[in-house]
Amino acid sequence: MTSRKNEELDGHREMRASDVLDPNSQIGVRLRSLYAAVQEEAIPDRFLDLLEKLDQAELMASAKVVK
Amino acid sequence: MEKQQPSFKRELLAALPSLRAFAISLIGRHDRADDLVQDTIMKAWAKQDHFEMGTNMKAWLFTILRNELYSQMRKAGREIQDSDGLFTESMATHPSQYGALDLQDFKKALEQLPPYQREAIILVGASGFSYEEAAEICGCAVGTIKSRVNRARQRLQELLQISGEADFGPDATSSPLTSKAFAF
Repeated sequence: MTSRKNEELDGHREMRASDVLDPNSQIGVRLRSLYAAVQEEAIPDRFLDLLEKLDQAELMASAKVVK
Repeated sequence: MEKQQPSFKRELLAALPSLRAFAISLIGRHDRADDLVQDTIMKAWAKQDHFEMGTNMKAWLFTILRNELYSQMRKAGREIQDSDGLFTESMATHPSQYGALDLQDFKKALEQLPPYQREAIILVGASGFSYEEAAEICGCAVGTIKSRVNRARQRLQELLQISGEADFGPDATSSPLTSKAFAF
């Protein structure tokens, strides 16, 4: 059976798919723990620095335009 | 210039923890995921004029990130598979043997999913997107997302030997065989 056909068949079983959102779903609980563990980490400095640089570059550019 | 930039940056920052969680769940490795997040920030910054303030920044960033990921995979010559067939290698050990699974086992199982199934179950199951939003992010039909989530969940249950129905635990020697048989 092709995967396309599988998708169509599975598409009708909507209730099953929502299982993952069930608070008792073992898969859902693990998925969310994994996700939450990362989400709770502090934003790494490299991203804060990067945004700061991008922001600065833009300010400089717009300052030039004003002049 | 308008006052748009500071608030664009603020919204981007607010969405970053979630964007990283998405990237790391997708890729499995912090270093590669953070490189991808960095590329995404650069792309998003360059395209910020296309973003309408007040619309869903998180969904917008997630879309950029996944497009970037797949375009990098294609450039690297990696085919993006959406079928289960090539991922039948079962886990060597029976992770639920001692009861509670740890997240490491879960992570390994997640990595074995075809990419499209993995992203679907993450978006809907963990990122908090509706099926409709997930479909928009992935550029596909809602039914396709539902089907991918469903297949991902079933595959994870097989890999982790979690069963919603049967309460008999397969023994360590026969379980790789059974899960292989069910994969087809």
